[in-house]
Amino acid sequence: MYNIAIIGGGIVGNAIARELSRYDLKTILIEKEIEVSFGTSKANSGIIHSGIHDKPETLKGRLCFMGNIIWGQLATELRIPFERVGEILVARSDEDIPVLDQILENAKTNNIPAEMVTGTKLREIEPNLAPNINTALLAPTAGVIPPYEMTYALYENAMQNGVEYLLESKVTNIINDKNGFIVTADSREIKAEYVINAAGVYADDIAKLIGANNFKILPRKGEEYILDKRLDNINNHIIFPTPNPTSKGILVIKTIEGSTMIGPTAEDINDKEDTSTSEAGLKKILDFVRTMVPDIKKSDIIASFAGIRPVSDTNDFIIEESKVVPHFINAAGIQSPGLTAAPAIALEIIEILKESGMDMRKKNNFKPYDKPHRRLTLLNNNEKELLIKLNKDYGNIICRCETVSEAEVVAAIKNGAKTVDGIKFRTRAGMGRCQAGFCTHHVMRILSKELSVPEETITKRGGDSRIVKEKR
Amino acid sequence: MSKKMDERKFTCIMCPLGCEVTVKSDDAGRIIELIGANCPKGEKYIKEEFSTPKRVLTTTVAVERSEISRLPVRTSDFIPKDKIFDCMTVLSKAKVKAPVKISDIVIENILGLGVDVVATRALK
Amino acid sequence: MKKISTDLIVIGAGPGGMAAALKASEMGIKNILLVDRLEELGGILQQCIHNGFGLQKFEKDLTGPEYADHYINLIKKTNIEVLLHSMAIEITKDKKVILSNNIDGLIEVSAKAIVLAMGCRERTRQQVSIPGTRPAGIFTAGVAQRFVNIEGYMPGKSVVVVGSGDIGMIMARRMTLEGAKVHAVTEILPYAGGLTRNIVQCLEDYQIPLHLNHNVINICGKDRVTGVKIAKIDSNGDPTNETFDIECDTLLFSVGLIPENELSRMVPLDINPVTGGPYIDDTYHTGNDGIFICGNAAFVNDLADYVSLEGEIAGEAAAKYALYGNRPNSRIPTIAGDNVRFIVPNFITRQDQVTLYVRVTEPITDVRVISTDGIVNLKKQIVKPSEMVEIKLDSDKLKKISQLKELKIDVKKNG
Repeated sequence: MYNIAIIGGGIVGNAIARELSRYDLKTILIEKEIEVSFGTSKANSGIIHSGIHDKPETLKGRLCFMGNIIWGQLATELRIPFERVGEILVARSDEDIPVLDQILENAKTNNIPAEMVTGTKLREIEPNLAPNINTALLAPTAGVIPPYEMTYALYENAMQNGVEYLLESKVTNIINDKNGFIVTADSREIKAEYVINAAGVYADDIAKLIGANNFKILPRKGEEYILDKRLDNINNHIIFPTPNPTSKGILVIKTIEGSTMIGPTAEDINDKEDTSTSEAGLKKILDFVRTMVPDIKKSDIIASFAGIRPVSDTNDFIIEESKVVPHFINAAGIQSPGLTAAPAIALEIIEILKESGMDMRKKNNFKPYDKPHRRLTLLNNNEKELLIKLNKDYGNIICRCETVSEAEVVAAIKNGAKTVDGIKFRTRAGMGRCQAGFCTHHVMRILSKELSVPEETITKRGGDSRIVKEKR
Repeated sequence: MSKKMDERKFTCIMCPLGCEVTVKSDDAGRIIELIGANCPKGEKYIKEEFSTPKRVLTTTVAVERSEISRLPVRTSDFIPKDKIFDCMTVLSKAKVKAPVKISDIVIENILGLGVDVVATRALK
Repeated sequence: MKKISTDLIVIGAGPGGMAAALKASEMGIKNILLVDRLEELGGILQQCIHNGFGLQKFEKDLTGPEYADHYINLIKKTNIEVLLHSMAIEITKDKKVILSNNIDGLIEVSAKAIVLAMGCRERTRQQVSIPGTRPAGIFTAGVAQRFVNIEGYMPGKSVVVVGSGDIGMIMARRMTLEGAKVHAVTEILPYAGGLTRNIVQCLEDYQIPLHLNHNVINICGKDRVTGVKIAKIDSNGDPTNETFDIECDTLLFSVGLIPENELSRMVPLDINPVTGGPYIDDTYHTGNDGIFICGNAAFVNDLADYVSLEGEIAGEAAAKYALYGNRPNSRIPTIAGDNVRFIVPNFITRQDQVTLYVRVTEPITDVRVISTDGIVNLKKQIVKPSEMVEIKLDSDKLKKISQLKELKIDVKKNG
């Protein structure tokens, strides 16, 4: 019997899990994929928004603003890099300027630091902008974090503090019983007082199982393209166009690695599993970003991906206890600025639980996140030497493009990675120019050894995605 | 009275020209005419390719207890093209034990063709 | 950090690196360090189990491992120091090479001369922007080759090969021999990217259709590839509406090789955007004192035999530099003219003999390869992008060339 069952192991589910692990509660998180963060959260842009895009009276606006502030501290706690590179919203024509003026007004009202930058000053801070762009709104509190590491850190810290994880288990039924709920996940039946629905694109389907679906999720696909590291510093900020009422637009994103990403598109789709990229999407993105940064070429692209935003039909976050099903709490419709808002969403959930009558007693032995996230490539040679002295496997480089060592892969497996993608997202092995050409068989060998499974059973991301068909 | 004629097309591989050569033959398989061969070397190759097409087969065989998983092998000489898959069937059942030296015979006189299958690397 | 001082370090022990190290040893260099990230010498040759190697150099038809063995045996007879399973992770601004392995940790190597022989990487599905999903079952042909020939796994059973480069065609045959069904090879251009010999012996022999002027325009499958959509490509390179689908579980990409220059860029060496490698002269010197390069890291060549020749030239020049600090005084640039995509080396300095390699832009029959002042004037029945044109310059020709400002090579249709 659990106090709380969280359904969904993305950034939101894990942020909630970690926050709950501060309290004297028995919590379980149920996730349908083989690893956490394999849904929408693996396709995020790594952006911590300033809040300048959102209306403060919405949940999005309020929680994004709070989240932006919290991330400074949270990134330190989770030992992940966080850089407030700032975002600029550029005017691509004269018509954009009054829109930016209004956004600046609103920002001032809502205590979001922002200023207009023009002419030579703009050129100085962003030299590769199209020559016809002379005005932009700068919001310096926006930042970037590694898109995957924070979910893993939250997950590991939550586990450290007693949260149980049930992976590879799809929830197929939820019924009420006298103590709360019985959640059927794979072959297990989990009893919990409260259920928190953080199931992303499937949040409406999950809520429907128990009749708590007063919303619908409208999947909206976004494609993104990653440029060769060689184009480092083609942009210094996250570059946005002037937004229109429905969309933030297509961006030129500076990643925490220093490389550049372009996208996303916004395409309403029917199939919740459709993460395909398209010729049309690429063309749309390239044509658009070149109006802001003309130097970007199709031949610079080394990787692409697509993710599905779980947009709710209310167009805002839905973070509330169901009015129809007591103790069933929805944390749904978390599209952008979901990553930014995640820690604030977690705090919001705590308040909802308190108000609902849950006895929330804080532990006095909460273990802070203490796993050093060692990335060999970020160290200088003396530091590398010290690390290799501790563990020789740091000297065995198995990923040429991103300079990732065997020890980092082993550490990722010890922290829960079971698949080639799980290794990729945790260590960056396979993310470089050669797209895992050199490292795949190394990663498979190490997974096979550490998990004691035959190499031919190793998958890309669980399910049917084995890398090779058979041993000869 | 005209005999039945067969026409088959071949691409010559003797030089980068890659001439397309048509071979006209009678129903007994004798070559009547070559059309499109531009040099004597090419003519010789096409005639051979028509009557006795042959290939060198390269593949790997399974290995017992060694540092590497597969041993690369080759036929020591050409084998008839139509025997390739039969040879593969034999080789798929082969298993080699270390040590092996390069050129060691892995399968002697495969399928009685008078050709050996030999190792193309050493196995420790 | 362990520090080593040596006369010559060769980074990469494939056909280029091994030849370079051996030549330098022949020239009397006492301390040579030959490094490779793999567990054994030979580089890519060990996974190229097919024959076709050594035809030019040894007049024998060898497999990759046999070709490697020739060099490995010679190396054993020298006192070239071999360091395997070690990755060169950095070349510092003062030209020290930092190696990393799991025995010594980091090693800093100071050498009088460096030969870069890192080879090349493969162009990926992502780099040719094929839309669709990102399931398991997508490989570049060389990676599939490694799995089949070295690791001992079948990457898949039902295959489509994208791109008719030699590696793609060779893997089409290899997979078929191992029991897979290879449905087709697609090629976006109107002609195949590899040798005619491979079209015949890898595709025609096994009735694998080669669809020229076709490209894969969509990949389907959630966890694993389930199929592709293939379209006929028009003269502008755009897909038409003439499409068909093939069900398959594996895609092999053979869409080009890219010289591996992560290390070169650190020095930094200027990379020639046309070849993908550094600018080089006819001693395979990069223009940065003491740094030489050979093999596919310099430019993608067609045959391992030619790569070994380059290695010998680079090794000899590196040895001379280590011994005497030799640098040529003058150099004549080579310029790509009509129908020439690139010409290497980029500069002529030697008086004795030089081999130039020309990659043409498209297949043309009945041509003249002709240079400034007609110093080079070769008649060719056919030239193809997949087979480099070799231009051998003897001392007479080089004497004339040394008087020129530049040597431009055109490939012109005869008559």
